[in-house]
Amino acid sequence: MRIFFTLVRRDLLVAYRRRMDVLVSLIFFVIVVSLFPLGVGPERETLRLIAPGVVWVAALLSAMLALPRLFAADHQDGTLEQMLLAPFPLSAIVLAKVLAHWLVSGLPLAFMAPVLGLQFDLPTSALLVLLASLLLGTPALSLIGAIGAALTLGLRGGGVLLSLLVLPLYIPVLIFGAGAVETTMMGMTPEGHLSLLGAFLILAVLATPFVAAAALRIALE
Amino acid sequence: MLEAVDLSCERGGRTLFSGLSFTLAPGQALLVTGPNGAGKTSLLRILCGLSPPFTGEVRWRGQGLAAAADRLRGALFYLGHHNGIKDELTALENLHINATLAGDALSEEAARAALAGMGLVGREDLPAKTLSQGQRRRVALARLLVSHAPLWVLDEPLTALDSRAAALIESRLVAHLAEGGLVVLTTHQPIDLPEIALRRLTLGEA
Repeated sequence: MRIFFTLVRRDLLVAYRRRMDVLVSLIFFVIVVSLFPLGVGPERETLRLIAPGVVWVAALLSAMLALPRLFAADHQDGTLEQMLLAPFPLSAIVLAKVLAHWLVSGLPLAFMAPVLGLQFDLPTSALLVLLASLLLGTPALSLIGAIGAALTLGLRGGGVLLSLLVLPLYIPVLIFGAGAVETTMMGMTPEGHLSLLGAFLILAVLATPFVAAAALRIALE
Repeated sequence: MLEAVDLSCERGGRTLFSGLSFTLAPGQALLVTGPNGAGKTSLLRILCGLSPPFTGEVRWRGQGLAAAADRLRGALFYLGHHNGIKDELTALENLHINATLAGDALSEEAARAALAGMGLVGREDLPAKTLSQGQRRRVALARLLVSHAPLWVLDEPLTALDSRAAALIESRLVAHLAEGGLVVLTTHQPIDLPEIALRRLTLGEA
């Protein structure tokens, strides 16, 4: 357990000292979401209609953009090798790294989304559900993405392959995440969608660290 | 006790070595030599369980790695070509985290003393990216001063080190062997270890 928090702290410290890397994917998210009202025009009805999908797709792409960072730096400087040889379960180490990664990439994104949602004239209730859906959904994106990041580690052109591997797996999160916001705007309760997102997250927490750990062992052979 | 039984290794369709067997008892060091590309690093990675051997088996305390991988990891200090040092962290943070990751809990005084022992006084709180290549190697090797692992697997530990640091590592290895530790190392530099404990293995002779 101590090793878990030591690693989370380590990754947060490294991210803090390389702030620009972290900011890039967040700024990307802000820009992509802000481009749509400019491109589509100020028609309120249209904007409201596309808002959940646009915000969620931008979140997906931004999460994708941050993914290669998850293991690549540790692979390059040899610290990943040391993690593989540590007398602790590799899946716990992976989980710690994913948690730290989500804290600097997913969490700020979730809290920025309601502010961006204002540009789409979303009502307050929808903004809150958007926040909740992203809080449940983005950790699942990071966890699923960890498998892809581990599989494509050290490959040339790994970034493109990573998106091909991971984006299809993101579809359920996208459907239920955007769906939660849409149902709220239609005046229904988003509970069902949010519960499914939560279930998806639990499943991801339980399963993906083991898969990613196995993929890492193969990648470093 | 570390045993290799009939190991062979293939890289890119080429056999690097085959039929390699040895037994390393506590207090013994195995010095692996050979030209570049002879498979020294591959052998060390196989011994650690990082890569599987093409054929054969590695045994740790009489058990094959399939069953004993966890126990081997708990008893191992491995230093490869890469130092395992993060540029963004200070020398002290690096040593502290690496030791924790290996299961050697370390107080701050012990970590500072180890860095001082490696001649890094005054560099403890500098980010590793401001250190020279040799100084980074020293940060990585400071683990040798605090490690409780009985088995040390060191890939070219002396690269980028000056003669004084190399002598320090040598004396640390001698002390480790005297305590009944095991060492597997590769090096291109001359290294002075007690002949009685030293076993040599030359790869790439065929």
